Amino acid sequence: MKYWIGAAVILLAAVGLALSGINEYFFFAGYVVLTFVVLATAWNILGGYAGYVNFGTPAFFGLGAYSAAVLFKALGAPLLLQIVAGAVMGGLLGFGVGLLTLRLRGIFFAIATVAVIFIMETLMVNWRYVGGATGLQLLRPPVPEPFDSYTRMLFVVMALMAVVAVSVARYVQVSWIGRGLRAIRDSEEAAECSGVPTLRLKLFACVVSGALMGAAGAPMPMYLSFIEPASTFNLSYTIGALGGAIIGGMSHWLGPIVGAILLGSLQQIVTVTVSGEVNVLVVGVLLVLFVVAAPEGILGLFRKRTLARRK
Amino acid sequence: MFSFELLLEAILFGVLLGCFYAAVSIGLSVSFGLLDVPHVAHPAIMVFGSYCTYLLGLYGLDPIVAGIVLMPVFFLLGVGVYRFYYESFEKRGTEAGVRGLAFFFGIAFIIEVGLILVFGVDQRMAQAPYIGTSLSIAGYRIPYRLLVAFGVALVLTAALTIYFSKTFLGRAIKAVAQDEPALRLMGANPVRIKQWAFGIATGVSALAGAMLIIVGPVEPSLDRLYIGRTFCVVVLAGLGSMTGTLAAGLILGIAESIVLTLFGASWAPAVAFGLLLIVLGIRPQGLFGR
Amino acid sequence: MSAILKIERVSKHFGGFTALSDVNVEIARGERFGLIGPNGSGKTTLINCISGSLRNDAGSIVFDGEEISRLPAFQRTRRGIARSFQVPRPFSSMSVLENLIVPLEYVVHRASLHTADSQGEAMELLRRIGLADKAETPSNQLTQVDLRKLELARAMAARPRLLISDEAMAGLSGSEVDEILDILIKLNESGITIIMIEHIMHAVMRFSERVVCLDAGRKIADGDPQEVIATPEVRKAYLGE
Repeated sequence: MKYWIGAAVILLAAVGLALSGINEYFFFAGYVVLTFVVLATAWNILGGYAGYVNFGTPAFFGLGAYSAAVLFKALGAPLLLQIVAGAVMGGLLGFGVGLLTLRLRGIFFAIATVAVIFIMETLMVNWRYVGGATGLQLLRPPVPEPFDSYTRMLFVVMALMAVVAVSVARYVQVSWIGRGLRAIRDSEEAAECSGVPTLRLKLFACVVSGALMGAAGAPMPMYLSFIEPASTFNLSYTIGALGGAIIGGMSHWLGPIVGAILLGSLQQIVTVTVSGEVNVLVVGVLLVLFVVAAPEGILGLFRKRTLARRK
Repeated sequence: MFSFELLLEAILFGVLLGCFYAAVSIGLSVSFGLLDVPHVAHPAIMVFGSYCTYLLGLYGLDPIVAGIVLMPVFFLLGVGVYRFYYESFEKRGTEAGVRGLAFFFGIAFIIEVGLILVFGVDQRMAQAPYIGTSLSIAGYRIPYRLLVAFGVALVLTAALTIYFSKTFLGRAIKAVAQDEPALRLMGANPVRIKQWAFGIATGVSALAGAMLIIVGPVEPSLDRLYIGRTFCVVVLAGLGSMTGTLAAGLILGIAESIVLTLFGASWAPAVAFGLLLIVLGIRPQGLFGR
Repeated sequence: MSAILKIERVSKHFGGFTALSDVNVEIARGERFGLIGPNGSGKTTLINCISGSLRNDAGSIVFDGEEISRLPAFQRTRRGIARSFQVPRPFSSMSVLENLIVPLEYVVHRASLHTADSQGEAMELLRRIGLADKAETPSNQLTQVDLRKLELARAMAARPRLLISDEAMAGLSGSEVDEILDILIKLNESGITIIMIEHIMHAVMRFSERVVCLDAGRKIADGDPQEVIATPEVRKAYLGE
């Protein structure tokens, strides 16, 4: 119950902020941070809970973005429909890649997800309807009441999506599904022999994860009023999702939130003061450091400190 | 539009390219195929080797000489990396899957961004008398740089195949891949052997990097494309098969060349990744896998 | 007694290596069955083919009248086949108790999925096997013998009709071996058919009603335990020429 109250508070806060007079920049940055919260949370459902690494976040995210753009260009579809389409396409991609490679060892799944990024990007680069390599300009529809700007509305939409994503992750984690996924992660063979339908559970996690990533990508074309392959399928989405989850902590739904907010804030600070590349370098170094020295992430470090204090 | 001559030229080009792909994948064939290390940073280390070759080139060193000079340095680097990986992950088991993959991904990322910070995103090329000139034979023009890469690739593949089948250490490496407990019982130290093997794989990557910059210009993000190509070759060959690497490389090279000729450059990068997915779906053990 | 498990002409290859060749075994309902053979003779491969971790290349495996060769392992567990692993594979991020909840939730209580039912049953199992005081212990902190007990408990939690114990006593002390043996004998008394793979000969002799010996993937002896170990082929397989 405490969780739902907290979630409601966050949503109300988001709306309140959007209606307030804060600088527009806050919502530009906030939207990006919230996107990474969704991506890291989605990543963690398959990566943290089940132990299968997805390098292909940009493929799912980008597929969601392009699905939304195509729907908008062809039918003038409203944002909600775009998001649903993004989720459906992301889920389908998750199902396809999963069916192809989740029967094999984890590294084959990981490499297949890299392959999907490139194939998807190549497809979009060669598709004239979406503008090919140059990209597509999109004219935003008028901003609905009571928001002052489209970005503010998108901020609230993404906050809602973040709450949905985290709620899904939380449910998976505490339910029998989560236990099965953990069994798979700990020892897949023993799990299978204990009656866990490993392939089905992995596919489920992959579909849910993919759908959330696709949904997160859907508002992107509206956010930028523009879409093009290179930045959409950018590997920074991989490191943001993967890094956010690992650095934050993979075993609990709070982890990706902590990680994403940390990386998002870091990105804003470092990119503005030094450079975008240095920021990515810092994230890479942090990732390696945590993976080697603090595999339980920030949450894990916190837990150890509180346990130590109690003694 | 489509002519027999064009196809022949594409195949010829593909054979040369394929041999090159085989050579740059051999290192991964050892580190991932034999040692089971999730080495997604292999192409990044290779690209790093290309840039080192470029730097040495600025001091007048021929790329191939530079590559050979770098081999022992990279060997030591490989030994160090494997030792670190073993101590941090392999020894402790369990979560090694996610952490190992994330670790090498992080390394690849750091290398790529590091290269961008030092060299910028522009392409770099090597200088040599055989770069930029072509050989004319029977009406076909074959760029010398491809022939050089082809030659080096053949020598490298042959040398490694002989090493793994004839020398004691080479056979020990193959043995450790197949039956580690038995090796331990014979008194050999598997960790030392794996270290050595990973060192060789990395040393070979230095030469592969030199070949890479001979064959064409390099940029920091090139490692992403080569993840597809090298893993495609290694998976298609079948894990643990050294000779299969050559066959798989040729298949990829020819396939890419034909796609390039028929559909253009914007589709060629997807060939390796597409072929990889097909192999994973239809025959994940590859052509000659164990 | 009718046969609960019929293994007919089962073969398994790994590349060029033949692990199992034309193996025929019948196991009666409620039987205490011993599977012996030198290292590399194919015992664990056969177990893997029965439990579903591996697919046999040829032949048929019929469990309780149903051909199961094409079924994935989790389906076989749900039909009543459970196994322990030679090298224990606990769910190391979970406590001892939670390790048992997994098979309870996924095999026994699939319809209801109420954790409450599972917890009670899991505790009862732990009491039977002597791990009740370690219920909350993280499973990655257990001693060797407790890990073996956990392996067996987890297999038992699936309420199997056929339980396969894969070298559960390897490396244990004399009294620890007896502990495990008693657990297995009591299980069998409650009606569960048990296949035991073991190298500790006196345990196999004490436990088994019938013994099969494998060597290099083939069955070389089948019958009364005392007679089997006296067979010249069996002695040759273990001791060499």
